[in-house]
Amino acid sequence: MAFLDISHLEKSFGTNRVVKDFSLGIDKGEFISLLGPSGCGKTTVLRMVAGFEDPSLGAIRIGGVDMVGKRPNQRNIGMVFQAYALFPNLTVAENVGFGLKIKGVARAEREARVAEMLALIGLPDLGGRYPFQLSGGQQQRVALARALAPKPQVLLLDEPLSALDAKVRVSLRNEIRAIQRELGITTIFVTHDQEEALSISDRIVVMNGGIADQVGTPFEIYNRPTTRFVANFVGQLNIFRADVEVASEGRLRLGETSFFLDGPVSGSSVDLAARPEAISLGRSAGADVVLPAVIREVHFLGSVIRLTAEAGGSRVALDTFNRPDMPPPALGAAVELSLSSRDLIRLG
Amino acid sequence: MSLFARITGWVVLIFGLLYFFIPLAGLTEFSLKARRGVYSLDAYAKVINDPEFQATFSFSVMMALATIAIGVLLVVPTAFWVRLKMPWARPYVEFVTLLPLVIPAIVIVFGYIRLYNTSSFLPLTGSVFGTNLLLAFGYTTLALPYMYRAVDTGLRTIDVGTLTEAAQSLGAGWVTILGRVILPNVIPAVLSGAFLTFAIVIGEFTLAALLDRPAFGPYLQRIGANKPYEPFALSVIAFGITWACMGLIQLVTRFSKHTKARG
Repeated sequence: MAFLDISHLEKSFGTNRVVKDFSLGIDKGEFISLLGPSGCGKTTVLRMVAGFEDPSLGAIRIGGVDMVGKRPNQRNIGMVFQAYALFPNLTVAENVGFGLKIKGVARAEREARVAEMLALIGLPDLGGRYPFQLSGGQQQRVALARALAPKPQVLLLDEPLSALDAKVRVSLRNEIRAIQRELGITTIFVTHDQEEALSISDRIVVMNGGIADQVGTPFEIYNRPTTRFVANFVGQLNIFRADVEVASEGRLRLGETSFFLDGPVSGSSVDLAARPEAISLGRSAGADVVLPAVIREVHFLGSVIRLTAEAGGSRVALDTFNRPDMPPPALGAAVELSLSSRDLIRLG
Repeated sequence: MSLFARITGWVVLIFGLLYFFIPLAGLTEFSLKARRGVYSLDAYAKVINDPEFQATFSFSVMMALATIAIGVLLVVPTAFWVRLKMPWARPYVEFVTLLPLVIPAIVIVFGYIRLYNTSSFLPLTGSVFGTNLLLAFGYTTLALPYMYRAVDTGLRTIDVGTLTEAAQSLGAGWVTILGRVILPNVIPAVLSGAFLTFAIVIGEFTLAALLDRPAFGPYLQRIGANKPYEPFALSVIAFGITWACMGLIQLVTRFSKHTKARG
């Protein structure tokens, strides 16, 4: 059994079912992200694990112990909130030591642990400051230290980076991951930012309409989405409609080329998708699908150039690396786009 | 702003100030005329040296402190709970807390006497302690509109829900959350409510007189009926106490500024 086992969790507010038959097993030390748009139920799942909401149905077990019915202060779960939630009347050191004081940890031990935590978050000299004297990023680091100080069995992060500016967000997410790895603490991270989830998670749960649409590693989620929602929500997608030539063999036609998909297909056409980076400008080696196209937009992004082309009546986005010896094509230029059929994602 | 509007503003302001200060100046001036022909503080000296003044003032101060304590214990958890768990109940609670403004104190005190007289199931008026307790409860009721609003406004300035959840996730129970997280963060608001309560209790007449307690309000009335200058000196003292309370409210409100977080 997984260390944190959520099974058949349901939550309704009145007639509105916000979480539907949600099950998930999380191993000890794993970093899981709940990713989804607003209102998909990800925060509600987190709040049920924390004990702030009671499930309508289902079970939550941590280390084999049933948590449903236990009050939040009896669960030994650390939580970091989007709004920092530092106690304004307490100094940084008092904030970090709050949970230890509640636990009745002796003063000397408490002070040592607070110092250890402040060193861990890289703010060893700010113990005497008040929250209002810190920047947003520093406040969230302190909130993390406060949550970790009582050595919780699970750490919950509720969109902890949403209130920060882009640069701090990137550096802090890397710090959070490094600290999580160092301590080996089981962590659930709620976010609506796919880049955040992809960059720091062991596994991602993509949620949609209260259910877990797909659970997998960032690589699996990005490259092998199993539902149309996941394919659309995570990363950018180009969608093609291919005509079925031989359904039993999985032979399809796209543009001027025929190619095979793994396994048979049904119907007269199949919706396929490809990531921008899977499509090459010109004929690339190993590509078995070729599409004639006209360049409509060129966006120079530095190391990457994003092109938008029109191919067979649909807009196709593709990324190419910038090479100083090879300028990007001009607007209106007729080009060929190519891709490997193995990179095509079949949309359900 | 046009010249006319500016002049009108000043005229209105000066009229308002004169309307307020002229009677007060007259009152103060008259309180200083106890000695024929010269201004003196004789009336003040007499009042302050009067053992009854000291006794009644001390009694009212003690009652004010008791009222503040009861008010804080009653209002802070109520306002906290309404804000956290029962936001739908807020209009009803606000309505109840406003009732003392429309129900005269005399109605409240007759209700008390009827309910808690010596032949009732809870004969509080049968003992000094019981009557004092009743008086403190009555004062708490009278101060409820001010105390509740002050605390509720204080709670509005902090994220009650998230702070509570943060404390809960760190293992805190309700008493710890209220005592160590919520209360310290609304102290300026609680103090504002406390000073208003103090000002109300010090000058209150009806409850104290009808419950026959030796409070400052009835003493003021007695002196006013029998002495020429002392009542005016007492009025000036009472004004001074009220203004001191208002000044302290301003002072403690400034403390709250340090709690504002920056992004």
